[in-house]
Amino acid sequence: MAQKFRIARGWGKLWRIGSLHSLVALLLLLSILAGCAAPAAPAAEATEAPAAEEAAAPAADAPEGDTIKVGVLHSLSGTMSISEVSVKDATLLAIDEINAAGGILGKMLEPVIEDGASDWPTFAEKARKLIQQDQVAVVFGCWTSASRKAVLPVFEELNGLLFYPVQYEGLETSPNIFYTGAEPTQQIIPGVDFLVNELGAKSIYLLGSDYVFPRTANLIIKAQLEHLGITLAGEEYVPLGGTEFSTIISKIEEAKPDAIFNTLNGDSNVAFFKQFKDAGFTAETLPVISVSVAEEEVRGIGAENIAGHYVSWNYYQTTDTPENKAFVAAYKAAYGEDRVTADPIEAGYFGVYVWKALVEAAGSFDVDAVRAAAKENDIEIAAPGGPIKVDGETQHMYKTVRIGQITDDGLITEVWASDGPVKPNPWLKGIDWAEGLAEGASQ
Amino acid sequence: MDAIILQTFNGLSLGSILLMVSLGLAFAFGLMGVINMAHGEFIMIGAYTAYVFQEAFAHSLGGVEAGVWFVLAIPAAFLVAALLGALMEVTMIRFLYGRPLDTLLATWGAGLVLQQAARSIFGAPNVNVSSPIWLQGGFDFGAQLLLPYKRIFIIVLVAVIIGAVYFYLYRSANGRRLRAVMQNREMASCLGVRSRWVDASTFALGTGLAGVAGVALTQLGSIGPSLGTFYIVDAFMVVVLGGVGRLPGTILAALLIGISNTLLELGTSATVGKVLVLLAIIAFLQWKPSGLAALQTR
Repeated sequence: MAQKFRIARGWGKLWRIGSLHSLVALLLLLSILAGCAAPAAPAAEATEAPAAEEAAAPAADAPEGDTIKVGVLHSLSGTMSISEVSVKDATLLAIDEINAAGGILGKMLEPVIEDGASDWPTFAEKARKLIQQDQVAVVFGCWTSASRKAVLPVFEELNGLLFYPVQYEGLETSPNIFYTGAEPTQQIIPGVDFLVNELGAKSIYLLGSDYVFPRTANLIIKAQLEHLGITLAGEEYVPLGGTEFSTIISKIEEAKPDAIFNTLNGDSNVAFFKQFKDAGFTAETLPVISVSVAEEEVRGIGAENIAGHYVSWNYYQTTDTPENKAFVAAYKAAYGEDRVTADPIEAGYFGVYVWKALVEAAGSFDVDAVRAAAKENDIEIAAPGGPIKVDGETQHMYKTVRIGQITDDGLITEVWASDGPVKPNPWLKGIDWAEGLAEGASQ
Repeated sequence: MDAIILQTFNGLSLGSILLMVSLGLAFAFGLMGVINMAHGEFIMIGAYTAYVFQEAFAHSLGGVEAGVWFVLAIPAAFLVAALLGALMEVTMIRFLYGRPLDTLLATWGAGLVLQQAARSIFGAPNVNVSSPIWLQGGFDFGAQLLLPYKRIFIIVLVAVIIGAVYFYLYRSANGRRLRAVMQNREMASCLGVRSRWVDASTFALGTGLAGVAGVALTQLGSIGPSLGTFYIVDAFMVVVLGGVGRLPGTILAALLIGISNTLLELGTSATVGKVLVLLAIIAFLQWKPSGLAALQTR
């Protein structure tokens, strides 16, 4: 008995030790949880940037006049929320800015936020709800190709409109989707060219997560390597979310490639770069180029584990344009100084402005009119990442390709950029070595 | 030769990681019959404890590199996870003993709540826990053979934990009471053992061990709200293969899965390797449904 009491006293002591802080916070949150989807843009403090002041005006303060509903469909819970919550934040920031500047065609935007919960059938169900029940004019959302493929038939059936903000594997167009992220010729193919032309790689190792994007991307890369006469040192896939890389690193050691092309997604990147560094590799001895690691992911990996390696995107927080200075300031003012911006965040942000430009050109919120406006006009906007032009035919964007190198402070500096925006070519038309790929995908 | 040594080491390392994540589960599931689906979330809590310690104390305790905060985070994570585990046992699981399906659903729900709580406190993106300087690098045995300190550290840590658990179970009065309750609850109660207290402390011990695993795993993997989901399946696999209720079985199963997984992966690919291991486990359980070291029952 005495012993039991001693233990009880010992437990009492724990409460005083100091881990109390996080525990209490955890408990508090349990109660908040029920109603907690995600707070909309918190009111920002005044900053120098004009865009930030606009962001400070809350969207809900505009009941006078008509409103038009717009859908925001991202995973706010589950494994993908790591990435998608920030994109949702950026989209809401753009909506707030547009409302503060007087809305579109005299109407204020009213965001309807839905949680796709990292579950593809849920995405399809919520997309249907947004279009049918809420009658939204447009939906900004999705991240994974799987979620996009899940909602695509819904948007086509109900003639809705989706703005998709993430780089993807290409080989897709839909009259009901505008793609504001990069397709392969704007990210993956220039990334391989960079390894070969700038770093002089003669053999390249392909590492990816085991699902549609990396496998399709690697099909393209393998065709490109064959065309360039570069050795394929090896090709490995890890189950999505995999955290054990010791064997794969042994295989890489054995294959002795000059560079690694990394299409890992999500948390696997953290595990890979930590274990890669532990195995004695550095960016000098074996550079890795990634297409799914941006500023946000670098924070989770730890800058010290990934500094010196390369990434391929269309935008970095350090991209030097006046629009980007205003955007970064507004984003940090709205969501916190420690937040970083990244390519998909930027694409989620300027996508709203692209839609605004299309609606104003069409003079209507109607989906068919917006689509026609994209075909008839040359819509151009100045996005944070540089000038963007809408390609009416494919409904993709002209974007500037930028290869970046990760610095010790966790940001990315540009080391190479294309001469101006690259015309989107999602079906890889006119590229000899890629001919068989598009045919395979369309079947 | 180097490759074989390295691969054996990799297998041992994976085995120690599996053991780390499944040891706590072996308590809840193996000894108490509670299917704790929130086990992974307690690993996550341990990882975030390390993060909080790094942010709060690293500066005043000799900096991030010195790693004093990291050493302190290990017992702290045990305490935080154990306290939350005890709270969960007292408020929820206590009422569901003997109803495995209900516990499964309730702990699954509790796990989702914990995940979302972490997301609200720390934000959805991953956070980074740095490595102390003495965990960076590794023993260098020539060109192809480098054994990272982090992996050696985890192997040593798991050995220490097993020693402590063994001592607790077989050499302490509490451990004796625990074994008594697990073997015959009514009889133990009649003899004056407070079985409710034993239940709570056993469950808390299991979740506390998950917390320690969380701290160790910050050195190898990601730290985010959904961290636990990556390990939960592996943890159950180890416990089921090991035989419910037997710690030696758990140890054996973890090492067996670790080594066979790395060897099979070397010959095939990561996905195929995992599939082969799963098939082997299914086949084995067909032959011996109660696992490697099943408890003798009458």
